Amino acid sequence: MDVRDEVEAAHRADWAAVVAATARVTRDLDLAEECAQDAFAKALETWPRTGVPDLPRGWLVTVAGNRARDLLRRRAAWRRALPLLVVDDVAPGPDALDEPPVVPDDTLRLVFTCCHPALARDAQVALTLRLVCGLATADVARAFLVREATMAARLTRAKKKIAAARIPYRVPSRADLPARVGAVCEVLHLVFTAGHTAPSGERLVRTELVDAAVRHARTLRRLLPGDRQVAGLLALFLLVDARRAAREDDDGRLVLLADQDRGLWRRDQVEEGAALLAQALGGPEPHRYAVEAAIAAVHAEAPTWENTDWDEIVGLYDVLLARWPSPVVALNRAVALGLRDGPRAGLAALDAVAGESALAGYGYLSAARADFLRRLGLWAAARAAYEEALVLTANASERRFLEERLRDVEGRLV
Amino acid sequence: MATYLLLIYGDEQRWQSMTPDERAEIDAGHRRFRERAGSSVLASGELEPSSTATTLRARSAGAAPSDGPSVTDGPFLESKEVVGGFYVVDVPDLDAALDLAAGLAEATHDHSGVQVQPLVDHG
Repeated sequence: MDVRDEVEAAHRADWAAVVAATARVTRDLDLAEECAQDAFAKALETWPRTGVPDLPRGWLVTVAGNRARDLLRRRAAWRRALPLLVVDDVAPGPDALDEPPVVPDDTLRLVFTCCHPALARDAQVALTLRLVCGLATADVARAFLVREATMAARLTRAKKKIAAARIPYRVPSRADLPARVGAVCEVLHLVFTAGHTAPSGERLVRTELVDAAVRHARTLRRLLPGDRQVAGLLALFLLVDARRAAREDDDGRLVLLADQDRGLWRRDQVEEGAALLAQALGGPEPHRYAVEAAIAAVHAEAPTWENTDWDEIVGLYDVLLARWPSPVVALNRAVALGLRDGPRAGLAALDAVAGESALAGYGYLSAARADFLRRLGLWAAARAAYEEALVLTANASERRFLEERLRDVEGRLV
Repeated sequence: MATYLLLIYGDEQRWQSMTPDERAEIDAGHRRFRERAGSSVLASGELEPSSTATTLRARSAGAAPSDGPSVTDGPFLESKEVVGGFYVVDVPDLDAALDLAAGLAEATHDHSGVQVQPLVDHG
């Protein structure tokens, strides 16, 4: 592996741990972020000469810590005027970094601070993407479809609130955990979703987001092994992500579930997900994640697209719609109905939800319509629907797929 | 330690037409707050109705400060929701302040709420 790749790999795996460990020393997230960034820059400069250290994370934590101490000395006077991060269960001091960092706890501290209920959901997700997942501010801005300067201001405001309002830098006590874990799950779910199908850009999957979401869901699971919400969330991630390798062809074109090579699905992830799902469903009132994971499990266990249990899938969407109604769930249910009862029934079901203003400008609605129209041989209408879907789709992989379908439909029109 | 102002907002009309049971529930919340907060309460109070307030402000737009303020009857902001009371507490962090505030009945009644805001630390 190229040294550059090694640094990138370390960035993916260790960014959050480096920020989290450094924040214990700096007691200031802004400064911790800056020092972590400096440490990775230093790695890029040093590792080609010295080789990659045996313990890259330890090296990075040490370098970031030294940088932090250096800056703290220089800025001592200026910093006295600023509120410091509330770090109560670790004695902060120059030696704090010399002990090996307790990774899960340290990173979790960061996750729970970023997802504190006193922060707006947008701010929680933005902070998590920047500080925990290590996305550059420009990339976070892209995920939210806002300008980089706007996102930079939003991140700064959020970090200022953490400092000024003294949002503590800690994992909540066991008594408070159940109330706090919901926000973390929701943020991880948003991170996963943004990574599973990137809203824009060249790549279909942003693996660094998906992997970060899975990793932190696993850490939550270790912390709360009996929590059915967490079990459902991790089950959902694993079952959906099991299809990753089959979701794009060699030309970087989206492959629909119907056409995927099921041999490429990660059976180990399916099995692990199914076991977690059993726990998540084993009790009253399953969480939304568990119901969504159950849908993914039905697909995962179907030997072929044709042998998928559509009755079961429609039934699960009915449960979702009854308990957590949303236009997107209604759309997905309509699609499932069409796959069970045929394209004509699917089109009728889509028409019934198409009036939702929240779905105006939603490319998947047009794409679903286009597919049913194509199956019915209504070529002209299918072409119009594919063209509409293309206008509304920004991801290159999805666009390549839609363009191919459009060409196919146009060929039939001649 | 950090100092927070807890402002208890609510619909003044609803507060004025409370049943004795509702009043008792609110009082119980404040007793609980006192017991749990102990010596961390630096100040607190229940406000008389907003109709008893008096507001000082500039006499007109562009008035010279040397003209002195005008004095008018009523609150600074006319609104259905008013501040009915407050606490100033000195606690370790926001979670501790939120935890105290969550014990107040006004935090869960449908017309009221508690705003928790840090005070600037002047060192």
